[in-house]
Amino acid sequence: MKLIEVKDLKKYYNKGAIKALDGVTVDINKGDVMVVIGPSGSGKSTFLRSLNLLEEPTGGEILFNGVDITKKKVRNAEGKMVKLDIDQHRQKMGMVFQHFNLFPHKTIMENMTLAPIQVKHMSQADAEAKAIKLLERVGLGDRADAYPIQLSGGQKQRIAIVRALMMEPEVMLFDEPTSALDPEMVGEVLEVMKELAEEGMTMVVVTHEMGFAREVGNRVLFMADGKLLEQGTPEEIFSHPQCDRLQDFLAKVL
Amino acid sequence: MGSSLITAAGFAKAWRYKQMFVDGLVCTVSLSLLTVILGFILALFLAVLRLSNWHPFRGVALDKNGYLCNNSFRILLSKFNPLSFLASCYVEIFRATPMLVQLFIIYYIVFANVPLPTFKLFGSIRFDRFLPGVVALSLNSGAYLCEIIRSGIQSIDGGQTEAARSLGMSQVQNMRFIVLPQAIKNILPAIANEFVTIIKESSICYTIGVQEIMYAVASIKGATYRIGEPLIIATLVYFCLTFPTSKIIAYFEKKMSAGDRRNGNEGAKKAKRKSAEVLNEQERTKAKM
Repeated sequence: MKLIEVKDLKKYYNKGAIKALDGVTVDINKGDVMVVIGPSGSGKSTFLRSLNLLEEPTGGEILFNGVDITKKKVRNAEGKMVKLDIDQHRQKMGMVFQHFNLFPHKTIMENMTLAPIQVKHMSQADAEAKAIKLLERVGLGDRADAYPIQLSGGQKQRIAIVRALMMEPEVMLFDEPTSALDPEMVGEVLEVMKELAEEGMTMVVVTHEMGFAREVGNRVLFMADGKLLEQGTPEEIFSHPQCDRLQDFLAKVL
Repeated sequence: MGSSLITAAGFAKAWRYKQMFVDGLVCTVSLSLLTVILGFILALFLAVLRLSNWHPFRGVALDKNGYLCNNSFRILLSKFNPLSFLASCYVEIFRATPMLVQLFIIYYIVFANVPLPTFKLFGSIRFDRFLPGVVALSLNSGAYLCEIIRSGIQSIDGGQTEAARSLGMSQVQNMRFIVLPQAIKNILPAIANEFVTIIKESSICYTIGVQEIMYAVASIKGATYRIGEPLIIATLVYFCLTFPTSKIIAYFEKKMSAGDRRNGNEGAKKAKRKSAEVLNEQERTKAKM
């Protein structure tokens, strides 16, 4: 079942002199673990950030559950044109950033419960109970009252993942989640992501971890110069790359 | 000139007029407090204008196919934000001209033809002088505070807003829970500085006859022919006003920076929540019974 349909997505800067995204078309199905790879500057992050409109695309469509979220107005159930509430759609898309972006002035518990309480109007007791459960799942049950600065990078990123899970998203977007981590902490974060994938969460992951792409991903996209050059199963991409750019890229990173 | 020599007898003489200092102190404090409040409100308003994203001429840069045109004037015009421009003009004018000039313009020109009621605040402060003083000080400090607030908001990493928005929070919620708490913590030292400056600069209102501390000094000088001793007393009074002000703000700064300390009080918070849980549990059992 299609969860997100991306049609001819474009993001131009400077009157089109810079084409960060140059017509990307792809479907993301429920349960997909889609890994996006490519050289830096290829538009991977722009593509991912466009999916929940952190970047506003200059052209194309993004259909999320059948609703085009790039439009300012949508037709509601009664057929009337109403203003599109992007906040509502963003709730259903969890996002994990390269630099964690935890709220430094709030404790871990507050980081996790703020949005559920304010946006979903969950009671504080329910939100905290849920947060404790998630924290225990990632092995950080005893750090609920710590501040982000007291945690290591790997711990921060695990918190960032469960903070996004608090909103019960339908899809999780990962923007180079391990690129800012010390090498020995990469494993603990990938482990959490792997568990998430095994539970059937739909995931879009921009990463340089080829091992993860090969092992956990069920689809791999290769992007370069803002274009989607090749896509397929990890087996197809890594063992039988078709285009020259991909062969070059793999020769450099593998 | 015997009056420039500071003597105990001089202090005794000046001390006879201590009621004037008390009145002056009341006036300075109310002048500063009102200025802080009005200036802050004005500054928030100006900062919102400065950071607004309103481009009414956005359309002029597009040709009929919807692409950006090559006319650089039209592109410049499309980026023009009148609200931000007006606020910037205000800030730059008030920051680039002397306080004394602003005060005189407000008092002698703006309020020249405005009939103000002539009653006395707290029994001694002449309102028709006091109000123009408050207005001039507020307009001036609003310009400075605006820049402080704007820089505070802009100093917060964009990733914070992205994280908040990606969790489904609205722009207003993002401002209220994420950006402003961090921004205010960052700018507290600058705000403290500005508050202290307001207390000190309020002395300039003496020139339009507002009966604050320096006015008391001048009056006592006229009555006793002593200037040194009243000035020393005034110095002490100002110090006793400004020093605690900066200390109180430093206390809040420390309180708000819990997230900056690696050895924070995790235990205390945990205990607090535990007890809250216990209370919740008790309430639930009560409800069951």
